[in-house]
Amino acid sequence: MNGAHDLGGMHGFGPVEAEPDEPVFHAAWERRAFGLTLAMGAWRRWNLDMTRSAREQMPPAEALATSYYEHWMFGLERMLVAHGFIEPEELARVQRGEIARGAPAAVQTGALRPEGVAQLLHNRRAARMDDPVPPRFRVGDAVRARNLHPTGHTRVPRYVRGRNGVVAIDHGVFIFADSHAAGLGRKPQHVYSVRFQARELWGADAPARDCVHVDLWDDHLEVAP
Amino acid sequence: MSDHDDHDHDDHDHHDHPHNAPLTDVQLRVRALESLLTDKGLVDPAALDALVETYETKVGPRNGAQVVAKAWLDPAFKQRLLDDASGALADLGFIGRQGEDMVVLENTASVHNIVVCTLCSCYPWPVLGLPPVWYKSAPYRSRVVIDPRGVLRDFGVQLPDEVEVRVWDSTAELRYLVLPQRPEGTEGMAEPALAALVTRDAMIGTALVRVPEVVPEVVPEVVPEVVPEVVPEVVPEVVR
Repeated sequence: MNGAHDLGGMHGFGPVEAEPDEPVFHAAWERRAFGLTLAMGAWRRWNLDMTRSAREQMPPAEALATSYYEHWMFGLERMLVAHGFIEPEELARVQRGEIARGAPAAVQTGALRPEGVAQLLHNRRAARMDDPVPPRFRVGDAVRARNLHPTGHTRVPRYVRGRNGVVAIDHGVFIFADSHAAGLGRKPQHVYSVRFQARELWGADAPARDCVHVDLWDDHLEVAP
Repeated sequence: MSDHDDHDHDDHDHHDHPHNAPLTDVQLRVRALESLLTDKGLVDPAALDALVETYETKVGPRNGAQVVAKAWLDPAFKQRLLDDASGALADLGFIGRQGEDMVVLENTASVHNIVVCTLCSCYPWPVLGLPPVWYKSAPYRSRVVIDPRGVLRDFGVQLPDEVEVRVWDSTAELRYLVLPQRPEGTEGMAEPALAALVTRDAMIGTALVRVPEVVPEVVPEVVPEVVPEVVPEVVPEVVR
């Protein structure tokens, strides 16, 4: 979707300001938001592409006015309701900050326990697939990012759509994020690093040598005209 | 519900409200959500503690710095890192969540690489830990693809025009680590000393590795026989 998450090439946000000796988290609630997101993800009822898609549902004005872990909370709340972990009325109470004081249940089988954390984080389960899918393009091929504007999740940033590039690396076969996010299957296909010259993206004033590499799937690409 | 939110006096929480101030909406919301999920038995607060502790104390940019220093010293390891980063990093144990499929990008005299994720904030956790705020921020994500040299200037880095600036937008599940150039003046240094020079930003590509200018300690070889005694002029302090 053409949302506020797709920031590449926008102007007006000001200089990049790095914080010296920055802590990993800036507040206690950020720690808990991070932990809750990973712990609930460990139930494996949804995938990372769905999570990203859920975060992108935040209205643009709100997304630009809130922080990274607020985006995470927004996404987590929606996933919890969509997958039946909590009821909409319970979410409404959470959003009002109401603490339910019921009798706590025992930790369920399947919930992430402290002793499972190291294994969870070292798991190499990833988006790479072993399926013998032939590549549609070869390194060196001239390609164009298709001019796609789906209302759902896509990993093609707006700034490369309709632009010409060259396949620089064939990374191999991966789950297709765009379909996976919508629950429409893994659609395994090749991912390539596509090299776009800065002048192709930003015009004649850009430095001649500079370029941007973007990772795109077969379904995002067509033969350059 | 753990008591973390209630009793966390961690001095890192300098952006939190003062202790007696009312909690903000997001603080209340996160606390209420953790409470609800804990009451349902869906999360174990101790597991949340363990997740947080991992990235606060165990996994961070020191991992990546060790990889860089090793690559500077060992050409065979460096070649393996460039050919099969995931395999080389797995051998060191630096693999896992948000670093399952790694690519290492070598900076040279003619090419300077910079990494971003314009769509979210993808980042190679096993080697760099969790990303800093600036990496996740709109100023960086919007501008580094259209004006990378301007962003580098924000970081105090000015590259010659003849150097190619190559920006890598992490739009898929590949995660990128920049192998910075080894600075001159580090000949003969051992791996730990080299690793100490490598900053997080240098491995994202927004900084160069520099040797800190050491002010040499003056140790006179010959102790003069007569050390002229310098009597400092006493300026009486005015005490009010």
